[in-house]
Amino acid sequence: MALDVFAPWNDPDAKPLIQFKNVSKRFGDFTAIDDLTVDIFEREFFALLGPSGCGKTTMMRMLAGFETPTEGNILLAGQDIAPVPPNKRAVNMMFQSYALFPHLSIWDNIAFGLKRDKMPKDQIAARVEEMLRLTRMEKFASRKPHQVSGGQRQRVALARSLAKAPKLLLLDEPLGALDKKLRQDTQFELMDIQEKTGTTFVIVTHDQEEAMTVASRVAVMDHGQIVQVATPDVIYEAPNSTYVADFIGEVNLMKGKADPQGDSLQMHWAEGQPAVVGSPLAGASKGQDVHYAIRPEKVSISAEKPVDAANAVQGKVLDIAYLGNISTYHVELAGGQIIKAQAANNRRISRRAFTWEDQVWLSWTATAGVFLER
Amino acid sequence: MRRLLIAIPFVWLLALFIVPFLIVFKISLSDLAVAIPPYTPTLDPADGWAGFKHFLSQLDWENYVWLTEDALYWKAYLSSLKIAVISTLLTLLVGYPIAYGMARAPEEWRAMLFMLVILPFWTSFLIRVYSWMGILSQEGYLNQFLLWIGAINEPLVILNTNIAVYIGIVYTYLPFMILPIYAALEKLDISLLEAAEDLGCSRFSAFWLVTVPLSKQGIVAGSFLVFIPTIGEFVIPSLLGGSRTLMIGKVLWEEFFSNRDWPVASAVAVVLLLILIIPIVLFQRNEQKQREAGK
Repeated sequence: MALDVFAPWNDPDAKPLIQFKNVSKRFGDFTAIDDLTVDIFEREFFALLGPSGCGKTTMMRMLAGFETPTEGNILLAGQDIAPVPPNKRAVNMMFQSYALFPHLSIWDNIAFGLKRDKMPKDQIAARVEEMLRLTRMEKFASRKPHQVSGGQRQRVALARSLAKAPKLLLLDEPLGALDKKLRQDTQFELMDIQEKTGTTFVIVTHDQEEAMTVASRVAVMDHGQIVQVATPDVIYEAPNSTYVADFIGEVNLMKGKADPQGDSLQMHWAEGQPAVVGSPLAGASKGQDVHYAIRPEKVSISAEKPVDAANAVQGKVLDIAYLGNISTYHVELAGGQIIKAQAANNRRISRRAFTWEDQVWLSWTATAGVFLER
Repeated sequence: MRRLLIAIPFVWLLALFIVPFLIVFKISLSDLAVAIPPYTPTLDPADGWAGFKHFLSQLDWENYVWLTEDALYWKAYLSSLKIAVISTLLTLLVGYPIAYGMARAPEEWRAMLFMLVILPFWTSFLIRVYSWMGILSQEGYLNQFLLWIGAINEPLVILNTNIAVYIGIVYTYLPFMILPIYAALEKLDISLLEAAEDLGCSRFSAFWLVTVPLSKQGIVAGSFLVFIPTIGEFVIPSLLGGSRTLMIGKVLWEEFFSNRDWPVASAVAVVLLLILIIPIVLFQRNEQKQREAGK
């Protein structure tokens, strides 16, 4: 049943919680955000992904109220939030450095925002206890931030930013300071908490794996613009540009001339190599420059030429990266192009079928890769 | 070797603090005499054990009793305390905004601002206090300026009043207040203020709830650095203050040099030290707390 899939972005009647409308932000000569338009929906876990300096942090700071757009509007639940100062916004932020108040105990840190709202004392206590339970920090309530570990500080920061039950929670590289193992555990914890509280999360990260894991939709950013907004699987399987394909995961990129053939597209890309066959690219004309992107795990490697593969090329093994569960083979084709192919290590390493300098065949189906215009 | 290293500060303390203190304390228990030195008894090692016993029997507490009998002394102590407390508060009020401005200034300016704060130390302290006389006197620059802009019709009497003393003390001790506060504020993470605003604070309440508590150590350190030397201050009240400015440093000077009553002067000094020990102990406790918090 596809009915209960959470996808308000496909529903034309859904009202977005946040709307960026032609927003630009300039610092002097530098354009941090360039004419950006995007909608974020309620209960979404929205990830802003990009290299440092791409404008993702500026976008988040505009949502929090620490920066104002140079042009354009940001609407929160239909209202322009530009004139609303940060302390009056129903938006809370979890800072990259956590920004816990060192002079206050963990209990007081969580209660800080509630006290500012002049909430009655017993309600504050109840809310703080609830937050401590949610983040499993009950035992540490009376400690100061420097008396707990990095992972615990991260949870306190989350509890503090969630305490006021904001409409929107902003997370600025929330897991950047944690080591890998702890980060993976915390990612699932974050998703769990997001689901429990029903809060809309916007997360800024440069870690594509993190974005793919936690987010309902990912926006890949570059130079102040959103290159693509889509669900993690679409971003991975159907990137709209070589930039997105290259930024997310590993990819083989080839460049050539398009040659439409009815219901498929061929790309001539090197002398003496067969044309790459794939699904057509809308609007591609004969002779146009196109790119072809294919993920290494979709390329098969074999000793003999496969009989009925749509695409098959021969080359020799240049390098093998052994990652335990899988190996990545770097195969050099006759023209010098290197294609990466991944294979699961379902045999022990001593019985590996291929080794350095072996002549091998690489093959993939017609639907395995995508043609890209840019 | 390690013992030797530890011994150095103790020898230093012994030679430059404990021994002089014991000498002053002994003089405070002696009697005034027209002699050189101007007190009695003096210890003559040639007299042996009996001489030492006789020497001890002549020491008494009458100078301390005298301090409680003459109102001048406790009035001078109280007045010094009052002036020191008010000056410390004034220095804090002037110094905090300067330290705050320095800590928030662009990074490349800070070294220069820092230099400007300590620049007055390059001139003699006495000359700087004298130049305030030139500014504050009735024909001084301040009065001339105020008359010229028409703010006043006749010169204000500032020099030789307590106001001049406060001005002098605040001016002189300002760097001691600014530097520790600046050191505390410079370490302050801006994202803490953003977090406070994000959680519903106005800029003003973020200042009171975050900036001030986090600079508390600097405020305490600066206040003690101003308060402790101000209590015993002698030069500023005698140059800028009037005959009605009563401070214990001045009393001490007069007992020593005008009355040549070394025993009473010594008693005054010993009591002053006892008064100062309390804030010094508090100051050290604050320092220790700071070190522990830094761990």
